[in-house]
Amino acid sequence: MSVVTPSSERARLLSIAGLNAYFGPTQVLRGVTLEIAARRVTAVIGPSGCGKSTFIRCLNRMHELVSGARCEGTVRLDGADIYAPSVDPVALRRRVGMVFQKPNPFPTMSVRENVLAGLRLTQRRLAEPEDAVVERTLRRAALWDEVKDRLAAPGVSLSVGQQQRLCIARALAVEPEVLLMDEPCASLDPIATAHIEDLLSTLKATYTIVMVTHSMQQAARVSDETAFFLSGELIEATRTDALFTAPRDRRTEDYITGKFG
Amino acid sequence: MSARASSSRGERVLRAACLVAVAAPLFALTALIVGVVAQGAPHLDLDFLLSGPSRFADRAGLYPAAIGSLMLIGLTAALAVPVGVGAAIYLQEYGVQGRWARLVEANIATLAGVPSVLYGLVGLEVFVRALGLGRSLAAGALTLAMLALPIVIIAAREALRAVPHELREAGLALGATRWQMVWQVVLPVAAPGILTGIILATSRALGEAAPLLVLGAVVFASDPPAGWSSPFTALPLQVFQWASRPQEAFAQAAAAGIVVLMVTLLLLNATAIALRDRARRRGA
Amino acid sequence: MSAVRPRVERIIEAGLGASAGLSIAATALLVVTMTVEVTRFFAEVTPAQVLVDTVWAPLFAAPRYGLWPLVLGTAVTTMLAVAVALPLGLLSAVFIAELASPRTRRWLKPTLELLAGVPTIAYGFFALTVVTPALQRVLPDLPGLNTLSPGLVLGVMITPLFGSLAEDALVAVPNALREASLALGATRLRALALVVLPAARPGLQSALALAASRAMGETMIVAIAAGPSATMTAYIAQVGLGDVPAGTVAFRTLFVVGAALFALTLGLNQLARRPR
Repeated sequence: MSVVTPSSERARLLSIAGLNAYFGPTQVLRGVTLEIAARRVTAVIGPSGCGKSTFIRCLNRMHELVSGARCEGTVRLDGADIYAPSVDPVALRRRVGMVFQKPNPFPTMSVRENVLAGLRLTQRRLAEPEDAVVERTLRRAALWDEVKDRLAAPGVSLSVGQQQRLCIARALAVEPEVLLMDEPCASLDPIATAHIEDLLSTLKATYTIVMVTHSMQQAARVSDETAFFLSGELIEATRTDALFTAPRDRRTEDYITGKFG
Repeated sequence: MSARASSSRGERVLRAACLVAVAAPLFALTALIVGVVAQGAPHLDLDFLLSGPSRFADRAGLYPAAIGSLMLIGLTAALAVPVGVGAAIYLQEYGVQGRWARLVEANIATLAGVPSVLYGLVGLEVFVRALGLGRSLAAGALTLAMLALPIVIIAAREALRAVPHELREAGLALGATRWQMVWQVVLPVAAPGILTGIILATSRALGEAAPLLVLGAVVFASDPPAGWSSPFTALPLQVFQWASRPQEAFAQAAAAGIVVLMVTLLLLNATAIALRDRARRRGA
Repeated sequence: MSAVRPRVERIIEAGLGASAGLSIAATALLVVTMTVEVTRFFAEVTPAQVLVDTVWAPLFAAPRYGLWPLVLGTAVTTMLAVAVALPLGLLSAVFIAELASPRTRRWLKPTLELLAGVPTIAYGFFALTVVTPALQRVLPDLPGLNTLSPGLVLGVMITPLFGSLAEDALVAVPNALREASLALGATRLRALALVVLPAARPGLQSALALAASRAMGETMIVAIAAGPSATMTAYIAQVGLGDVPAGTVAFRTLFVVGAALFALTLGLNQLARRPR
């Protein structure tokens, strides 16, 4: 395991050092050390079971919600350790948002209510009128034009691709600093996937994005930095073009040339 | 080649036996309904519903019993529903692991299997005597609430369990606290199922006579209960009293009372089943 | 990122936990009540009187406390009920789970479920006014209050319960087993009898135990149609109806019978949860 740092010059927002994660007695992440640059898209790639999902779930403290699961090591957001005893995981999750593999809009809420759900759930007082927030967030998620006449329709009445963008909007409405995405396009067809990939290039101007993906091509298309995981260890992490054209580790090269996967 | 073409004689015998087996309880139920309606119909009129029981069979009415049942069920629900739903939420959303939760679960399964008449014994000892509530509506409701509690908990638990796991994750990932997530995400989705459970528990409590008998609810009340601390009677008890009298006319009154009771329960149960099926279709 | 977990959250969680705790309190009340009164009872009556005597007459001037007649009466009605419910319920379950078309299933299941909603007092009335006279035409010596009539009606009452649980047990048998049998050339009947039913047996036994427990604990049907001292539950109903003064030995017989009933039904329920 080597200590690797992204080669960008931008500020480090998330610093991970010596992260170990466990499900009960089984260790699933080993000594992961990585710096995530602010306002970039960092892709996390690797074969099934290598710990990618577990890794990002440690970044918003969702990993520990599974009974018997725990982790050790430091994860710093803006310099402060998110696992310090004084930290409230609930408050943390408002700064680090998450989008899941399968779109999960709340079925009893309309499109509009879904967008506002994060704010209503956490009982935040809005500085601006709700309609403004809804429009702004849906525009940011590239969904406004498609649903602006259907804001009162149930969230689940949208197509799967639209539902995922709705979930992105919902996560963005809370104004997080970091957006974690766990294989967000896994349930989507190629056209819907393309919409989301286009979205990422605009989102990264405002948010720091860490995206787990099963597709190397997707990582190559959308990310600025890429981290390659294998069997719970971080093998290599660097600028995306560097990783895919001149990987430093033999195992990285084997993975990206399809020798295993 | 269809499967039916190859059915053996044994299979046809089996099929016939099955049809008889399915038909038999339905036939018995029909006989029951027809018998009860035929016997009770002449007695069913507005007077029956609005007047009190009397020594004269043809003037017997069930008004006080009906009001008693209404008040009883109302108070029972008010007691059992918050406690039952709260317990179900706790078991499903909070303390899911651990010895405490497992103890509670085993306990609920035990409670659900206790014969209803035994709740009457407990009510008699604890509510009527030890707590000094006397043979009052309040004691009756507390007793029935104990009976209804496991039903509500089990049904509410099922409804909560059916809520997809991903919705909880989405709520938590947005930074909601556990209660915010439960109240705003989980409960709205589980609501129809929970309501079904409440209706089923209520209809069960409505039809129960045994615990009330033991508790000492009066069997002949000429007026509806005046308040929570007054003696009371309930529909099934009134029917029981009429059924125990030898005169034919009282048997008619009992039949009429059964008709009223069954119609009410039928409506309640049909509503609950319709709600549950709608909830299942929506969740799918 | 502050660490102030709102006090409201903790209060809510405590409240919900207390609700869960109330369910334990209910069981505790049940057990304590029984124990207290039974203990007081046995301060004045010896266990031998209860277990050895064969006459139950606690309210008489010279009281006798032999519990067996009551237990026997309960056993008779329960076994009659099971004898009725087992074939009817099992065949219904087989029909719904294995033979019926989906269209039939869609209206049949809810209809049978509605059966379960009939109040027991209606069944009791039915037993007294319809079934007993009908039986008396076949068995002229049958007394007006007997255990045959309520036993049969109890069987009809628990049939939907047993049928529904038995159906669950049959549906739980993996389809792979059926397909394997059919692939070997067995008819559906043989597959059913030799593979599916044996595979479902633990579930079926469990279902039967639960249904029997329900029949055992049922009160109104026997109270109306069987007479006051025929079974354990009928006795409890009768004494509850009467005016036995509290605190007397006679009063405490209620709890002795109740405790015995509790023990028996608890035993059956436990058996149901851990089928051999």
